Amino acid sequence: MNRRPFDPRLLRRVPAARRDLALLALLGVVAAGLVVAQATTLAALLATAFDGRLDRPALAGFAATVAARALLVWAQGTVAARVAATVKAALRADLLAAVGRNGPGWVAGQRAGQLATLAGRGLDALDAYFTGYLPQLVLSVTVPLAVLARIGLADWSSALIIALTLPLIPIFGALLGWQAQAATERQWRRLSLLGGHFLDMVAGLPTLRAFGRARAQVDVVRRMADGHRVATMRTLRIAFLSALVLELVATLSVALVAVPVGIRLLGGGLALQTALLMLLLTPEAYLPLRAAGSRFHASQEGLTALNDAFEVEAGGPAPRPAAGRLVPDGRGEIRFESVTVAYERTTALRDVTLTVRPGERIAVVGPSGAGKSTLLGLLLGFVTPTSGRITVDGVDLAEADLDAWRRQLAWVPQQAHLFAASLADNIRLGAPDTPDAAVAGAVHDAALDEVVAGLPEGLGTVLGERGHGLSSGQRQRVALARAFLRDAPVVLLDEPTARLDSASEAVVLAATHRLVAGRTALLVAHRPALLTDADRILRIEDGRVTEVSPVPTGEAPR
Amino acid sequence: MSSAPLPDPAPGAADRPGRAPDDTPAAATRAGLLGPAAAGVAVPPEFDVAGPAAVDPPLGPSDPADRPGTAARAGAAERVVLRLARPYLGRLVGAGLLAAATEFAGLALMATATWLLMSAAGRPPLDRLTVAIVAVRALAIGRGVFRYTERLAGHDAVLRMITDVRARVFATLAARRTAPARTGDALSRLVSDVETVQDLLLRVLVPASAAALVSLLAVGGAALISPSAAAVLAVGLLVAGLALPTLATVLTRRSAAELAPLRGALAADAVDLTHGAADLAAFGATESALRAATGRAGRLARLERRLAAAGFAVDAVGTLVAGLTAGAVVLVALAAGVPGVLVGVLAVGTLSAVEIALALVGAARQRTQLGAGLTRVAVLLDDTAAPRPAASPPGSAPSAAEPEHGDGGHDIRLDEVTVRYRAGAAPALDRVSLDMRGGRRIAVVGPSGAGKSTLAAVLTGAVRPTDGQVTIGGRDLTTYPEDELPGMIGGLLAEAYVFHATVRENLLLGRPGAGEDELIAATAAAGLLDWVRDQPAGWDTVVGEEGGQLSGGQRQRLALARALLAAPPVLLLDEPTEGLDPTAADAVLASALAATPAGHSVLLISHRLTGLAGLDEVVVLDAGRVVQRGRHAELVSAPGWYRDQWLLQEAAERGYLALSP
Repeated sequence: MNRRPFDPRLLRRVPAARRDLALLALLGVVAAGLVVAQATTLAALLATAFDGRLDRPALAGFAATVAARALLVWAQGTVAARVAATVKAALRADLLAAVGRNGPGWVAGQRAGQLATLAGRGLDALDAYFTGYLPQLVLSVTVPLAVLARIGLADWSSALIIALTLPLIPIFGALLGWQAQAATERQWRRLSLLGGHFLDMVAGLPTLRAFGRARAQVDVVRRMADGHRVATMRTLRIAFLSALVLELVATLSVALVAVPVGIRLLGGGLALQTALLMLLLTPEAYLPLRAAGSRFHASQEGLTALNDAFEVEAGGPAPRPAAGRLVPDGRGEIRFESVTVAYERTTALRDVTLTVRPGERIAVVGPSGAGKSTLLGLLLGFVTPTSGRITVDGVDLAEADLDAWRRQLAWVPQQAHLFAASLADNIRLGAPDTPDAAVAGAVHDAALDEVVAGLPEGLGTVLGERGHGLSSGQRQRVALARAFLRDAPVVLLDEPTARLDSASEAVVLAATHRLVAGRTALLVAHRPALLTDADRILRIEDGRVTEVSPVPTGEAPR
Repeated sequence: MSSAPLPDPAPGAADRPGRAPDDTPAAATRAGLLGPAAAGVAVPPEFDVAGPAAVDPPLGPSDPADRPGTAARAGAAERVVLRLARPYLGRLVGAGLLAAATEFAGLALMATATWLLMSAAGRPPLDRLTVAIVAVRALAIGRGVFRYTERLAGHDAVLRMITDVRARVFATLAARRTAPARTGDALSRLVSDVETVQDLLLRVLVPASAAALVSLLAVGGAALISPSAAAVLAVGLLVAGLALPTLATVLTRRSAAELAPLRGALAADAVDLTHGAADLAAFGATESALRAATGRAGRLARLERRLAAAGFAVDAVGTLVAGLTAGAVVLVALAAGVPGVLVGVLAVGTLSAVEIALALVGAARQRTQLGAGLTRVAVLLDDTAAPRPAASPPGSAPSAAEPEHGDGGHDIRLDEVTVRYRAGAAPALDRVSLDMRGGRRIAVVGPSGAGKSTLAAVLTGAVRPTDGQVTIGGRDLTTYPEDELPGMIGGLLAEAYVFHATVRENLLLGRPGAGEDELIAATAAAGLLDWVRDQPAGWDTVVGEEGGQLSGGQRQRLALARALLAAPPVLLLDEPTEGLDPTAADAVLASALAATPAGHSVLLISHRLTGLAGLDEVVVLDAGRVVQRGRHAELVSAPGWYRDQWLLQEAAERGYLALSP
């Protein structure tokens, strides 16, 4: 919570915003000058109006300052919004680039969800910070200083009072803020429990309903919501009280200035114009500080998003050493030499040595979590060996041009990700210039024809986010179509029929059978039907690989 | 329900490079190797938690913000909310008046202080100024106190109302027999929608009415001094309080409409680039996808800048109006021969008054932004949309949950039951007929997507058959009052929810008023008793939000214990051992079956085939149809899905030692 109001990393990380941020500061200085100018011209105007005369130059000056202030309000808002837009675009690009740079292994799991939210809508919280809080923060520095300088010119004793009382606002603000925060923290557990109760109950409604308790729970919801109200009011009372104290401090300070001014005016010791200037300007000195303080809370969400974005970048692993130039030939032999892969908490593969001869089809079996997918991840370059090395056609993958190597791989993952694009573009992934005829061929090979026929716009149908609209079996066939289109010498399949109903399974199996024909293939399998395609069967357990060949002579059950 | 902000963790995350196995059991369960949603075929919407919006298209019909007629609908929504405010009208009006008093005190303070200073310049005797001096002091203190009381009164009234809103929304949702699709996102949106009611009152209606009232008072006060100056002030106030807010509303609405599609597309890009990172890398498409997303982010930034330039023009005009009105008032007042002191009062007062009226611009923006949320929440508050829950005498629910001991009065019969979630889609259940005499123990097995969970949903009344009839105890299921059915049939359903409450409270949900002995028996049968005894707080251990402080296995055991405690005559157990390792799963299943009173029926839904040998019958579903039925021993010896699967699971659990029969 206690975070500095401006994150200096911003200047370093988003250089494009520097100029606009400097402009914003400059505009804050100009704004302060205009506050002073407006009060000065208005005081002059009213002082002459006291005698029933119209001071035309003062009126013109007043109108001009007002116009300038209006322009400034616009400029400040526009520049602040520009900073927000620039920073958001830059951070979005950075975040997404970090995903590309660090690779899929880094982004897997929970982090994917967090990143997607942050890069998507999470950063929009910066709008409120940049357009609401930051300009006010600048003004809270420039305006009091300008006011102080102007009043010092007119009447140094008043300026002295202001200079002495002004620091009371931040001091009291901090003291009361601590007080309020401590009170909130004491209540925090209770508040979050009561506040979360409603969400908890709504989320658990199906379960409540299953036990016939849904309606009986309405009263509980009301009671807990009422408890939340009481607890919230308790903390709000403290927050409002501190705002009241701050306001009274400001009021008293203004009174301290105003009383001697009035007495001197009455005694003829002060010109009316100067007195009016005091009246108009003094409150302005205290106002921006309080305004910035009251907006601080709203700025927190933006600062948190900013911090999250910076931390993602800082937390990424060291970029992979410069990609090699060597291009292995996928039609060569693939060798694992004493490969060990250790993750933070587990070792996925231990000292694996293994040779895959060209054209060989190898099935990989073993309990889940044993390291089967890691084996494929190594070949894809998503995972790097902790020790040992993998060579393809004699080229160490660590020194290979990964992009060129991956072009010789066709990969069918357990659950392929489908993109929010047309079905054709989903199949053409990575090869956007593929002619329609080739796509149609892949569709046919992957037994996707009937699916395409059933879609409203065939191959041109745009899929929803994450392939919405297709069933698991259909998605899996899209992944197979991708693999067919790739026409690569090496095929990697990761349990392509897991999670499919038996009808879809049969279709996918047939397509898989066609895909692996005549290619080097590694199939992670748990269905016996897949094993019939294999020349050899490897079993992985606890990270160790053993051979389970030859294929049993008895027909695998099907 | 899922705890992640996004409903679906990375597909297949449990077995993915870079991720340690069994790292979060809960997440792995959600990604569900065989969870009902994983198949993505037809799943009852209730169970669709992990599925990527399989039922509800993103930005679908639930998002009224992007459709025409938004303004009208938002207006109707506000009326619904205001109807709910009636009991608190007194407090709200009080808060509004206090807000007006606050603003008015500020205005009067500046005007009086100006009068005081300018009068003092005429060097009158001090006693002529005494009243004004006292007034300035009173107004200065009064403004702060008014603001303080206004905030307290307003928040108190609105929070009371929010209590009502929450209870009403919950009652509406509870009264629905079937809940709409609810992802984690939709749930948190529901919560923030409820909060929009608070913003509507505190940040729109109260300040707006206060500003309007003060504006009227200001014009009236000015008219006492000079009618012509008052007319000028009125014009300024109309521009600041009416024209500019209208303009701000139009601009805010337009920018929202222009930004929404681009922001949505960018969010989709972010999902694609993160969740699809592996696919993109493997197919060498990362670069182009990144370029496309960066380009879109840049386009969004340009659009945002352009829209901001228009939006802040309104604020600029506001500043201009305040100053120009003050200048014009001075001109007019001088021309009308108003005394100099009062010219000053008018000028300073005008500046303050227009400033107050400009608060309406902010209120208008806020109101526009609240529209979509309010519309959604109003649907849940509307009397016509939600029949009021039937009044039931207190304490009736617990008695309904009391088990009725087996008298053969709970035979279940399904007659040609068909369920179709969408017209034209493949049926989730296809003319299923099933006879289950009371007291029998039956397992329903089959591949995921076969219709097992749909069958459970039909039996609990959560899903109505498209065709066919279900009877329990000879009575049509649809004729049971909703509160009575759980006393008859229920138990552990898919995605059983563990509440953020104590272990005891979670258990008692199954049978309110159960004694310690019964708690112990049920918990022991689910294999959770040792864990409970190990906790310092025992039964009063609070299990974290969404059961997060429990492992997946413990959560499953808690849900199972609750179902065993409820012990309805027909006990449904939907994957009771999901998330447990095979040995534990066997033990828990056996003890759970043993703990079910004799005479009670059990319907076990399972993807595991171990431990089914003792059951009276096993029914195999595939693609919504019954394809095989019989006792375990019979099914294992006959060719078919069951035998294949049995051999396969045996092999898998023994580590593929047996590859051939």
